Amino acid sequence: MEHARPARAPLGDGARRGERQARVNTGGRRLTMKSGINIVVCVKQVPDTATVRKLRAEDSTIDREDPNSSGVLNELDEYAIEEGLRLKEAHGGEVTILTMGPAKAAETIRKALAMGTDKAVHLMDPALHGSDAVQTSYAMAQTLKKIGFDLVILGSESTDARTGLLAAMLAERLGVPQLSLANKVVVDGSAISIHRVTDYGYDRVESSLPAVVSVVEKTNEPRYPRLKEIMAAKKKPVTTFGIADVEIDPGRIGLAGAYTEVAEFAVAPPRAAGVVVKDEGDGGVKVADFLTSKKFI
Amino acid sequence: MTDLLRIDDEFTHEQQLIRDTVRAFVDDQVAPHISEWFESGVFPSRELAPALGELGLLGMHLEGYGCAGLDATSYGIACRELEAGDSGLRSFVSVQGSLAMFPIWKYGSEEQKTTWLPRLASGEAIGCFGLTEPDQGSDPGAMRTYAKQEASGDWVLNGAKMWITNGSVADVAVVWAGTEGGIRGFVVPTDTPGFSAVEMHRKLSLRASVTSSLYLDDVRLPADAVLPHVSGLKGPLSCLTEARFGILWGVTGAARSCLSAAIDYAKTRVQFDRPIGAFQLTQEKLAWMAVATEQAGLTALHLGRLKDTGRLTPQQVSFGKLANVRAALDIARQARTILGANGITLEYPVIRHMNNLESVLTYEGTQEIHLLTLGRALTGLDAFR
Ligand SMILES: Cc1cc2nc3c(=O)[nH]c(=O)nc-3n(C[C@H](O)[C@H](O)[C@H](O)COP(=O)(O)OP(=O)(O)OC[C@H]3O[C@@H](n4cnc5c(N)ncnc54)[C@H](O)[C@@H]3O)c2cc1C
Repeated sequence: MEHARPARAPLGDGARRGERQARVNTGGRRLTMKSGINIVVCVKQVPDTATVRKLRAEDSTIDREDPNSSGVLNELDEYAIEEGLRLKEAHGGEVTILTMGPAKAAETIRKALAMGTDKAVHLMDPALHGSDAVQTSYAMAQTLKKIGFDLVILGSESTDARTGLLAAMLAERLGVPQLSLANKVVVDGSAISIHRVTDYGYDRVESSLPAVVSVVEKTNEPRYPRLKEIMAAKKKPVTTFGIADVEIDPGRIGLAGAYTEVAEFAVAPPRAAGVVVKDEGDGGVKVADFLTSKKFI
Repeated sequence: MTDLLRIDDEFTHEQQLIRDTVRAFVDDQVAPHISEWFESGVFPSRELAPALGELGLLGMHLEGYGCAGLDATSYGIACRELEAGDSGLRSFVSVQGSLAMFPIWKYGSEEQKTTWLPRLASGEAIGCFGLTEPDQGSDPGAMRTYAKQEASGDWVLNGAKMWITNGSVADVAVVWAGTEGGIRGFVVPTDTPGFSAVEMHRKLSLRASVTSSLYLDDVRLPADAVLPHVSGLKGPLSCLTEARFGILWGVTGAARSCLSAAIDYAKTRVQFDRPIGAFQLTQEKLAWMAVATEQAGLTALHLGRLKDTGRLTPQQVSFGKLANVRAALDIARQARTILGANGITLEYPVIRHMNNLESVLTYEGTQEIHLLTLGRALTGLDAFR
């Protein structure tokens, strides 16, 4: 049920947005809706959640080059890819994959291409190592400005760092509206609207393109890569950029200048044995007492 | 962890992606239902065929006509992941791709190809392969089904086929029949008058697979229903070589499924105050099972490489089918002992695989026939008759 609220202006005021948009479009690129939507889906390679994840002792970063740990496409990004593909199928255009990561991330690019996307951009530079969310958003925004877009789609978060910040930060840096945590995305001409599930129903949020959207798991059911697309993926174009190619200031990225720092880390302790409540007629009370003691109720 | 030799590291990145994709499909779409299908003796062909087609699994190793055009090793890997789910699922895909589509693709006319291949590749249509008869199994050359060509050019087929996978759900049957000029293959739409198919019941193996008898009673077909580019027994036998390649890979998936079920069980089942996996007798079983699984995997990988470089011979396929099915069946039986009483229930995949593998041991050339093939290759002496 749609909640009766006035449609919100999602971010900032129109005038400011227009001004920022102008900045985004300085590359001379205009919205090309007649020939479809230029969609960029940001994806990340993350350690497989099914395996033990290790941080490097020397700098507390994830060892992303470890040949024994299998890196996988961040599961939540699959929903972003699927949404991009569906929008392309409905409106025409192109879906470009953008990832920032070491050489090994190329595997993830192949998987994303195998799902049916058209081409990929790989931002790869040793100087990017250890960048935190603020720095990553800067680097990604510089790349997006260079390659151009009508719509940027992201998953709601990555399963390794789990900050969930990138979409908001990117939108801010690019000066375009952010439509966050969408479980439905509709594009109509140069307008976009999303549904965001709330406690009371859902919000409908509208804006014009270009925009940044993050999608949640409920949005769609990601397709399996088709075997033919898997074979075709290796022939699809992948452009690799170093930081100089997209005018990234080396002083604004990397572990040394990160705004956040991992102070300490430890392996999660094994889960303690659960409490078994024996029902002797008072099971309900005991369960309630337990929940109260844990501050759940 | 069952992949002691890390065989999969030898796969290309595309092959690993194919493995992951098919495995995810089986885990999501088949694994939750398979014991139910097995128990009730059904295979939801019409629902699964389009999903398999969408992924590109039907006729995956063929080029053109909507087929995925995979290399042989990729085809094998996909079969392995399908059969880790159930041999019935892999059988469906083998029959559709290697026994129904392959002969049309390889020996068919352009019209036969364009009529059938795209529909079979997408899963819109289902195909079957009719070679075995009630009285002719290992010796198909003695088949009785006969096709007579009339003066008008029409063919009239009479006879019966038995043990035909997908038979009663098929839209098209590739039927092999004797003619004046030797054995020929016919593309028979199953709605042709005189054609009927009856599902066979009371199987205790491959229960999640449709097996049928076909009856051909004055089935009249136009002159162009015959596969124009092959005659003689080498037609059906070449199809079987294609399908057997899928089997020798496929059964390594069933073996892996049994081994990992046994390992999981051995680690959690406690008797005499210890997990049964801590007993040396159990470890010996697991170690031999792992050795056999990996050896079968190496055989499959090697034969895949031979096929990809155009060097694979039918004898080598016999070697692989013989060795790997035998290994998988032994592994399934060992796994069953480790699971104790639970080993006989459908709560675990083991007895399902074990029973399925009894069919796999027999179809596409029995163990004995492959032994005779290897014996002939080794001695030059034919012991078939
Ligand atoms: C579930 C299932 C699905 C099938 N699907 C298909 C299908 O889709 N299409 C199709 O055409 N067929 C199919 N078959 C048939 C299968 O290929 C035959 O069952 C197989 O070829 C064996 O034939 P048979 O059962 O008549 O056994 P027989 O040939 O009668 O053999 C009986 C026994 O005698 C042995 N034997 C035979 N000849 C010799 C010899 N010369 N020396 C030593 N031992 C010998 C055999 O090895 C076997 O142990 C299927 C079978 C099953 C069980």
